[in-house]
Amino acid sequence: MICQECNQRPATLHFTNYSNGEKSELHLCEQCAQEKGELFMMNNGPAFSINSLLAGLLNMEPAFEQKKETFKMDQVSQCPQCSMTFPQFVKIGRFGCATCYDAFREQLTPIVRRLQSGNETHNGKIPKRIGGDLHLRKTLDHLKQILKHQISEEEFEQAAGTRDQIRELERKLSASQEGGE
Amino acid sequence: MSLEKFINQAVSSWMSDDGPDSDIILSSRIRFARNLDEFNFPTLFTNGEAEAVIGTIMERASQTSAAGFGQLELIKMAEIPPLKKRVLVEKHLISPNLAENSVHGAVLLSGNEKISIMINEEDHIRIQCLFPGFQLTEALKAANEIDDWLEGYVNYAFDEKFGYLTSCPTNAGTGLRASVMMHLPGLVLTQQMNRIVPAINQLGLVVRGIYGEGSEALGNIFQISNQITLGKSEVDIVDDLQSVVRQIIFQERSAREALAQTSNIQLEDRVFRSYGTLAYSRVIETKEAARCLSDLRLGIDMGYIKNISKSILNELMILTQPGFLQSYAGGPLKPNERDIRRAALIRERLKMETKDELGG
Repeated sequence: MICQECNQRPATLHFTNYSNGEKSELHLCEQCAQEKGELFMMNNGPAFSINSLLAGLLNMEPAFEQKKETFKMDQVSQCPQCSMTFPQFVKIGRFGCATCYDAFREQLTPIVRRLQSGNETHNGKIPKRIGGDLHLRKTLDHLKQILKHQISEEEFEQAAGTRDQIRELERKLSASQEGGE
Repeated sequence: MSLEKFINQAVSSWMSDDGPDSDIILSSRIRFARNLDEFNFPTLFTNGEAEAVIGTIMERASQTSAAGFGQLELIKMAEIPPLKKRVLVEKHLISPNLAENSVHGAVLLSGNEKISIMINEEDHIRIQCLFPGFQLTEALKAANEIDDWLEGYVNYAFDEKFGYLTSCPTNAGTGLRASVMMHLPGLVLTQQMNRIVPAINQLGLVVRGIYGEGSEALGNIFQISNQITLGKSEVDIVDDLQSVVRQIIFQERSAREALAQTSNIQLEDRVFRSYGTLAYSRVIETKEAARCLSDLRLGIDMGYIKNISKSILNELMILTQPGFLQSYAGGPLKPNERDIRRAALIRERLKMETKDELGG
């Protein structure tokens, strides 16, 4: 089929429009479709948003396809707090509450990795009050890495200092855990 | 009301104040997305929960004032006319989404409008700090202070692995969106933007027009922001954006130099034609106004035009938007009436500049 617009290139995109029960068809090549693009995007009401993009991306999630088949059998994929189901999340691209992250943790991890270019673990700010001893644990992990590096570089004097810092932190951590119990 | 008085009331400090590299960077913005642990996200929450979210934040705001930012004023979306909402959107103080869709939306604004805290948009809380010029680090510092001040009282939804939990997982982790608004006429005129935009995208950054997602690059103004919010620290995200922005600034300056050397008279001609259009036209559309204002600002930056203040682009780009024109006119205007008003407002504003010159 030849593009209806330029009558030269082969038509690769086919649009069908129903309005008032009447059907109209349009066959375009990619180039002409792009030129007409504004028409198609803008007339379709709700703008092309990040959420619809995201919903598209989630729909391609293979893990979800499998879930869909077994969905009627077990209702596992429902958030206990807000009752949102995983298919609902996929449709609107947004969660209902904080607990959803826990309820869908397994399905979510590969999606987050894809959205955040391979990252899956938060590495930034931690809320001071509710973060609890997470601050200490993150610092501890960081210091242990430094220690490893210093030992491999044979910087033993600095390594001794780092080791003392680690011991100090570990003492604080166990104290705070005992206090919390 | 006189135009001078209207402008004084309408202009926020990010539009009129000078900042570092303000010949290219109009403004720097930091946004944090946060949610309260105890309520459902705005996706699903009940009316009662929505009110409780506003109540919780207001309680915090009434107890203490945010360190160094003065009293914050609460504006509820349900209580202001559509025109006023539109003006807040045009000033970048609230999102179009909050203005149009959020029944229970509200915003807390600081006096100088550098700080705005949107309530019940896509997330319960969106902290925004908007600074003039290239000041991402300063804006991040301010946003962190506001964040700590709120966190001292409310419980945020936070997960060890996913970080700050947001209703859309594209914001989870830091909840941070850092962006700069850049005026890039040199790169557009030398037709380099088509090459630069894909390169920027490859670095995990997003390029948009002046009013965000899906908007056009009116007046050669581009918004550049980070895409990834999880896995990197806030400082790293801002540093990465800054280093790319520095390179774009360098490229824009070289493009301007090249233009001055190779087509000086053509450029000067273009600048003065646009100046003429702005100074004398009787009917002008948003697009043409934006293009001419961009030329005029380029002319000021490159020294062709000496007696006009730099802030004219920032100011008039905002003041000639439909919402502002109508609020200056005191009521709704049809599109053709707006174009007449717009032309009149620009002429009058330019007269203020030259009058100052003659008087001084």
